[in-house]
Amino acid sequence: MVEQTDTGKRPDNESLNPDELMAKIWQCLSNVSDPEVPVLTVLDLGVVRKIVLKLDGAEFVSEIDDLSTSITSSPPKTPPEKISVLIQITPTYTGCPAMSMIATNIKLELIANGIKDVQVEEILSPAWTTDWMTESGKQKLKEYGIAPPQAKARVEKMLFDVSNVPCPQCNSKNTEMISEFGSTACKSLYRCLDCREPFDYFKCH
Amino acid sequence: MQEYLLHLADNALILGHRLSEWCGHGPALEIDMAMTNISLDLIGQARNLYAYAAELEGQGKTEDDLAYLRDVNGFRNVLLVEQPNGDFAQTIARSFFYDSYNYFYQKALCESHDKQLAAIAEKSLKEVAYHLRWSSEWAIRLGDGTEESKQKMQAAIDDLWSFRGELLTPAAYEIEAAKAGYGVNPLEIKEEVEKKLQEILLEATLDLPADGWMHSGGKTGRHSEHLGFILAEMQFLQRAYPDSTW
Repeated sequence: MVEQTDTGKRPDNESLNPDELMAKIWQCLSNVSDPEVPVLTVLDLGVVRKIVLKLDGAEFVSEIDDLSTSITSSPPKTPPEKISVLIQITPTYTGCPAMSMIATNIKLELIANGIKDVQVEEILSPAWTTDWMTESGKQKLKEYGIAPPQAKARVEKMLFDVSNVPCPQCNSKNTEMISEFGSTACKSLYRCLDCREPFDYFKCH
Repeated sequence: MQEYLLHLADNALILGHRLSEWCGHGPALEIDMAMTNISLDLIGQARNLYAYAAELEGQGKTEDDLAYLRDVNGFRNVLLVEQPNGDFAQTIARSFFYDSYNYFYQKALCESHDKQLAAIAEKSLKEVAYHLRWSSEWAIRLGDGTEESKQKMQAAIDDLWSFRGELLTPAAYEIEAAKAGYGVNPLEIKEEVEKKLQEILLEATLDLPADGWMHSGGKTGRHSEHLGFILAEMQFLQRAYPDSTW
């Protein structure tokens, strides 16, 4: 996914001010996709929570706050000699095997963009929720054939709870759950009773 | 705190391993996937706890050292989780007893004064809620199902009943953990656990066995012979080829 080519036109990160550099890092992250659901980027999923950028001694922090990103930084001084980045990610599910691959892919993407000192740290709290998925992410999921999460996540649900998940193929709400556990931890198995297609549902979590 | 963390982690790892044994053998493909999904959650939870235990120990160990290089008497899991899968009803009974306990346990553990332990519990709770719903629904389907499924489900509940006592009997390190504010004394959640259990068994039209003699020992490292067989399979690779990676 990430190609490291040395074209000699490596972007000069040292000449960017902290805001621009931060924006560039967010841009890089928007190129990193989820290995199991490749239509979603790690930003669509909401697994990237925070970027800490260190320029020599100064520290700049940018956190993802639902859909918006906020940048707090003080004005840059001289071009920094040392640029290092810490990125905090949070796992979707505890046992999700994609996390280490996501961490590796984030590092590779930043290295390819000239940022070499990258650390990726896994944090657990606040626990990831599908409420953090972007609207464009949900749209992309549906186009990919996976029904996006339908409601706000909640821990307590009734037994034998039936939620009407619209079929991503024909939009019919006449669907039924086959199993709450699907091909990956984040999905359930459904079938459409109108077009008869089985489909994955990215469950509210 | 080390022993307390190992207790939590060992419970998750051993039940996770037991459920993983169903992989490829489930009564239906969807059930097979459900059990392996739950197994993956539990092994992931165990990993977080072992990693934290190793970090606190500060001797450069990793979560793998704790999972793969301790012997039977070092494990602190309850006897319930090491019991064999048996038939599907027995697996459901074991999971249901554990999940109905674990759900309230993780909920209480979210209040831990230890930040990392509270974070692990917060994360686990969301997953454990699925586990409890899954095992409750199956207990009800089988209990309130055909004559044969009811008979098998009742037999499983009766068989495993004597392993429930240990869950709700605190070990010294749990009492210490609750006192120090980082852990949970299971007696604090006993009422909620019993209520959930009765509610589900009633809906499943199953009889509540009488409380009699209860097994104990797992929490202090005295295990049934089953754990040795589990570890023999689980740890074989690391024992035969130390530090091998792929």
